[in-house]
Amino acid sequence: MTKIVFFIILTFGVELFISGHNNPGGGFIGGLVLSSAFVLLYLVYDIETVHRGTPFDFKRVAALGVLLAVGTGMLSILFGESFLSQTTWLVDLPVFGETELGTMTIFEAGVALTVLGVVVTIILGISEDVE
Amino acid sequence: MNNILVLPMILPVLVGVILVFLRPYIRVQRVLSVLTTMASAAVAAYCLHHIHLNGIMRLDFGDWLPPHGILFVGDSFAMLLVLVACAVSSIILLYAFATTGIETETMFFYPFILFLVAGVNGSFLTGDLFNLFVCFEVMLLASYVLLTLGGRKTQLKEGITYVLINVLASWFFLLGIAYIYGVLGTLNMAHIAVRVAETGQGPLLTLIAIIFLIVFSLKAGLLLYFWLPGSYSAPPTAVAALFGALLTKVGIYALYRMFTLIFIHDPVIYKIIGVLAIVTMVAGCLGAIAYSDIRQIVSYNVIISVGFVLTGLAIATNIAFQGASYYLIHDMISKALLFLLAGTVVYLTGRSKFNEISGLIRNYPLVGWLFFLTMLAIAGIPPFSGFIGKVYIGLGAIETGSYVLLAVSFLSSIGVLYSLLRVFLNSFWGETIISEDDQKPFQKKIGLPLVLLAVLIVGLGIGAELLSPYIQDAADTLADPKQYIRAVIGDDLE
Repeated sequence: MTKIVFFIILTFGVELFISGHNNPGGGFIGGLVLSSAFVLLYLVYDIETVHRGTPFDFKRVAALGVLLAVGTGMLSILFGESFLSQTTWLVDLPVFGETELGTMTIFEAGVALTVLGVVVTIILGISEDVE
Repeated sequence: MNNILVLPMILPVLVGVILVFLRPYIRVQRVLSVLTTMASAAVAAYCLHHIHLNGIMRLDFGDWLPPHGILFVGDSFAMLLVLVACAVSSIILLYAFATTGIETETMFFYPFILFLVAGVNGSFLTGDLFNLFVCFEVMLLASYVLLTLGGRKTQLKEGITYVLINVLASWFFLLGIAYIYGVLGTLNMAHIAVRVAETGQGPLLTLIAIIFLIVFSLKAGLLLYFWLPGSYSAPPTAVAALFGALLTKVGIYALYRMFTLIFIHDPVIYKIIGVLAIVTMVAGCLGAIAYSDIRQIVSYNVIISVGFVLTGLAIATNIAFQGASYYLIHDMISKALLFLLAGTVVYLTGRSKFNEISGLIRNYPLVGWLFFLTMLAIAGIPPFSGFIGKVYIGLGAIETGSYVLLAVSFLSSIGVLYSLLRVFLNSFWGETIISEDDQKPFQKKIGLPLVLLAVLIVGLGIGAELLSPYIQDAADTLADPKQYIRAVIGDDLE
């Protein structure tokens, strides 16, 4: 049952993330929903089991997110544009048809990863026993 | 488009994040962090000269034009502070390399120092009120971590006070921002200034101004400083020096920005600031003289200087602004040195009360003479760095006939001198209590950052002439807010 709910939440999180920046949604709430999926896993199974399945340090996930977000800002400097300038391309993809691809998505992905990493780190930090 | 303007904030963020991935490699972390702050200082120096030649710089993020987007504005006042903040934190980092244990260093110590520097620089440079709030929070979150990192009992105890006070202040800050957005419909600082001038600074706007006065007074330690001595004497020396040199200055900067750009139409506020400054200086002197713990004395000295710098804002003339700019720069450098020296004395002797220490100058002549030099500089004795700032603020006070401010601010210098001289005479003079066998060796790598800061103090005193064109620019922008407004939104909105 948890597995099904987990994937529903994950899908919803991704959906929120992708619909963002022109419609309600975006990296921040997408990341929050994604992290709620992980928190559900931690609640249902114990921490060790989940860690075996997701063998990465969530502090690093957060750092990677910030790196992505700041990185897109820095890229615009390299291209001689103002800091944090974004750009989009319309591309014909085989399955999706005409799709808007934007650097905004990379920035938002950074935000989502940051939120995910920070929320899970906080929850795990609270759950740890302190002697 | 001046992308270079964002570098003093974004370089520390970027490198700080990269350092998170390099957690086990302490040497790499050290080198990268000090290179980053030095590079930021170099960028700030370049920008400062650029502003001198071409006027105020502006960067609209993502090309969203003001007043719609967020932006960085580099004027000389902000850029001078960025420059000194980066230079001082580079030197404090050198001290941190020598004194911070490996255990603390692996707990993301350097990333958080870089985030703190990023928050400080961002606060100086931003031209948007909400962005100012965000940069404040970046700085504060990093400072919460640095204050409690290590987890000693006093750190946690003072950490709770510090966090609670700052969360409360941030909440008031947010409230003020909400009010101002509700009343004026904009958060761009230059645009707010224009609209305040248009609608007139009525009772409602004055109330909002007072909310901001309370918020930034809490952050700067103007009157509302009760949290400061405890939380600045709890963390390790390098962190305490960083706090003492940078954090209150951001609050002071925000006060200057608010009351030289936006709320400039009601003279009562300057009177209030003057009274607050006087009370702060008097109470700071009492604190500095009352305590016998060296770290407490040093923390109270921070409070005195906050009061002193804000007399410049209360006087609010061009010459007083020049004095305040000089004094802020001097204060960042000399407070860093004072905190480092106090921490070094406590480390070398293992005691923190000055009457338990004696004759240190025989064991550690360098520390003794540097302490003496810092004391003279802070008291405002020429040719050191404190002198010129005090003279200009004094001139401003005479110009406007504010003799009470003048008297109190110069008497406070005597308070400073007395409190530090007492430490010097007791701890450094007299019979030595440490025999040569028990003496802890004084490492050169601890001495180097101290000497570097002392060189800056002497350099700023003697080379004040070199800085004066930039100081003049800074004071001109503060005295004439139209320059700032024109640089941000052009003439059409005036």
